[in-house]
Amino acid sequence: MTETPIWFTPPPRSPRLPEAPPREVRERIALEIDGERVEVEQGATLLDACRAAGREIPTLCYLETLTPVNVCRICVVEVEGARVLAPACSRKAEAGMKVATESPRVATSRKLVLELLASSVDLSTAPGLAELMARYGARPERFGANAASVAQPVKVDNDLYVRDYGKCVLCYKCVEACGVDAQNTFAIAVAGRGFDAGISTEHDVPLPDSACVYCGNCIAVCPTGALMPKPEHDLRAVGRWDEARQTRTDTICAYCGVGCTVTLHVQDGAIVKATSPFENQVTRGNLCVKGRFGFEFVQLGRRR
Amino acid sequence: MFGAGGGTSSYREIEETDCILLWGSNARETHPIFFHHLLKGVRSGARLIAVDPRHTSSARWAHLWAGLDVGSDIALANSVAREILAAGLEHKEFVEHATSGFEAFRAHVEPWTLERGERESGVPAAVIRELAHTYATAPRAMICWTLGITEHHNAVDNVLALINLALLTGHVGRYGSGLNPLRGQNNVQGGGDMGALPDRLAGFQHVENEPLRQRFEAAWGVPIPPKKGWHLTGMFEAMERGELTHLYVLGENPMRSEADQHRTRKLLEGLEFLVVQDLFRTATAEAADVVLPGSASWCEAEGTVTSSERRVQRVRRALPPPGEARDDLEILFEIARRLGHDWGEPSAERVWDEVRRVSPAHAGMSYARLEAEGGLQWPCYDEEHPGELFLHSRLWERPVVGPRAPFHCLEHDPPVDRLDEEFPLRLTTGRRLEDFNTGVQSGGYVYPRRRGETLDLSPEDADRLGVAEGERVRVRSRRGAVVAPVHIDESLRPGLTFMTFHFPEEVATNLLTIDATDPVSGTAEFKAAAIRVERLAAGDSAERRDRSERNDLVEAT
Repeated sequence: MTETPIWFTPPPRSPRLPEAPPREVRERIALEIDGERVEVEQGATLLDACRAAGREIPTLCYLETLTPVNVCRICVVEVEGARVLAPACSRKAEAGMKVATESPRVATSRKLVLELLASSVDLSTAPGLAELMARYGARPERFGANAASVAQPVKVDNDLYVRDYGKCVLCYKCVEACGVDAQNTFAIAVAGRGFDAGISTEHDVPLPDSACVYCGNCIAVCPTGALMPKPEHDLRAVGRWDEARQTRTDTICAYCGVGCTVTLHVQDGAIVKATSPFENQVTRGNLCVKGRFGFEFVQLGRRR
Repeated sequence: MFGAGGGTSSYREIEETDCILLWGSNARETHPIFFHHLLKGVRSGARLIAVDPRHTSSARWAHLWAGLDVGSDIALANSVAREILAAGLEHKEFVEHATSGFEAFRAHVEPWTLERGERESGVPAAVIRELAHTYATAPRAMICWTLGITEHHNAVDNVLALINLALLTGHVGRYGSGLNPLRGQNNVQGGGDMGALPDRLAGFQHVENEPLRQRFEAAWGVPIPPKKGWHLTGMFEAMERGELTHLYVLGENPMRSEADQHRTRKLLEGLEFLVVQDLFRTATAEAADVVLPGSASWCEAEGTVTSSERRVQRVRRALPPPGEARDDLEILFEIARRLGHDWGEPSAERVWDEVRRVSPAHAGMSYARLEAEGGLQWPCYDEEHPGELFLHSRLWERPVVGPRAPFHCLEHDPPVDRLDEEFPLRLTTGRRLEDFNTGVQSGGYVYPRRRGETLDLSPEDADRLGVAEGERVRVRSRRGAVVAPVHIDESLRPGLTFMTFHFPEEVATNLLTIDATDPVSGTAEFKAAAIRVERLAAGDSAERRDRSERNDLVEAT
């Protein structure tokens, strides 16, 4: 061969850095959060604006990676001149708005929402909610011992994850994650109306008979522990789940070549859970079934 | 491609492209999180075209499905190219400025009319036409592929055929337009980048290129063999000739994963000395003289891997290797020491810094930056360089920087294992969502819907053969036979059958596959075997014979 094949020498360095087309620059608007002036891009939400002002707004059904469904009403704020409180997660910021994030109306509303949830739902494994209840002085016991409850037996129908709908606050995050926001499997939706509404598979069939592919991206977004990997559920049941003793290490999944970051939660020398960071640009917190559940091979008895 | 062995684009680009040509890839199941990005693209208006013999779970998301006959990719690509030219949809400016060999290519594909394309590929002319027009007229377009392209005896030609389409339309070297092989293992890309290829040194630098080789010789202070070595298939041929007698296998299970297993077993057992370093006592380890228990590099060791978007990312030790198993790096350093070379304390970061010294494309990637920036994409030439979002933007410079990208005139060459009256059905192989390769890893967790190995048949073929769902049948190819239960699968066209190789201890699918390989890449034609299906009578002696054949394989594990 007289001609040198193109793969014989490394390609020359590009004279210019390859870049994405410039992002459309949106107009900036100014508004007031608790009397403090902040600027945000047109299209930003009140939550974005509050965070830009350094205010911490509690959320339950909101997640950066999901489309807001604004059902939980924990994030409400008071907009001057508005008749009702506005959900910060989905209300767009407007120029000149005056927003109060901790007004008496806001505090009362959040307190009531927490009381209604806590009186009817088991929030024992919901991280951060006990602190929130204390912050707003929520007293769910005031509805009495006979308050309506969504308590029901835990659904254990497979080896990978359990569904404890007595802990479900109907935030819709799992529905969103299983739907267009991430997984596009559509294995779960809300069935029923009013107090009887609940998350369900199609025709309420057991998971192994549903469309579920066990990616567990619903578990990742669940804010209350209603959806939980089975190993975690089992360890909690015998009182051995102890996050204080766990280490978390970010590494890359052992399977295909997409390069998903997996956070390995290790307790007592064993991997007890795998998650992925929501801020990761490859995964946005999502994994497939192998990434989330396929780690067991490194710790099976057959290696010992 | 074009001298850089990696996909050209980043995942974020597929969310903003206008046309996605998914060719020989069931990414929905094999690269699920990449498919999330792809679906974001589809939801934003991109047209998805799936080219696959099976109407896969990925194809079900497609606006257009080209169900081609296994191994007719070049026929289809040539016909697509011819249609693009006939309709005048080629990117004339790009072709003129950035490519070479165009006139010869135009003449070469001229006979590939839509009618001939349909005849040779089985894809209806109207579908070929729509594919060609959609791809060529999209402002941005991506081609993504997997093993449906590369597990063929003419794998390299298949890839070149896809490159031809990108060159013809200018769909490479721009944001949102590119050519992307999706890698099947977490470090296939990195392994190749590091020189775990017979003709490459670290940084994908060709070993037969003297100035490049000399740089390594200077860095290492030792002479390097100036000729390329053997790829995997070449190694087996060398064993056959008696030229390769000693083998050191790290984290690979060829006894199960290679095509034509009878031959593989004979050759591995015929070696004078076999060392296996693995997590498990695999079938290959059973045949070894020495077994070195290694570590799971993704969670028991420090290091880096490289993804399908050329992103180098850190793997970290989350727990220590069990028992007497050791970090693979420690094992290699210890072997070096016993061979008289003290490399000092094993350290993944020090090894990586050596890579940075010899590979210009990795020079800027310090561990500190990899930590802080969530990985970096090569090439990354210095500590200030951010890494390249997409490759080959040089082809759009005027004049083009570096060599022009060549067109290749490619002949359609159907699979080696021909269909005939004796072996009338096409068997193709692949992965399922929940499983992985020979099942060593994925066998460790219980998937609620795992059904084990099956011979997947089209409803028409199942009818014609008179076999029912779950019925055990004997599958025979020219090389061997296995017994497997039937699964009726509507995604298969008549004449096409499918198996995985995830359950080799139950059904040794690779007794059936053919080891016809690509002369350049050495990849075997796992995607195309000719088989027939035989019904089993109760107590069929044939079944007993096949079972003993299988047990013979099982006993070793």
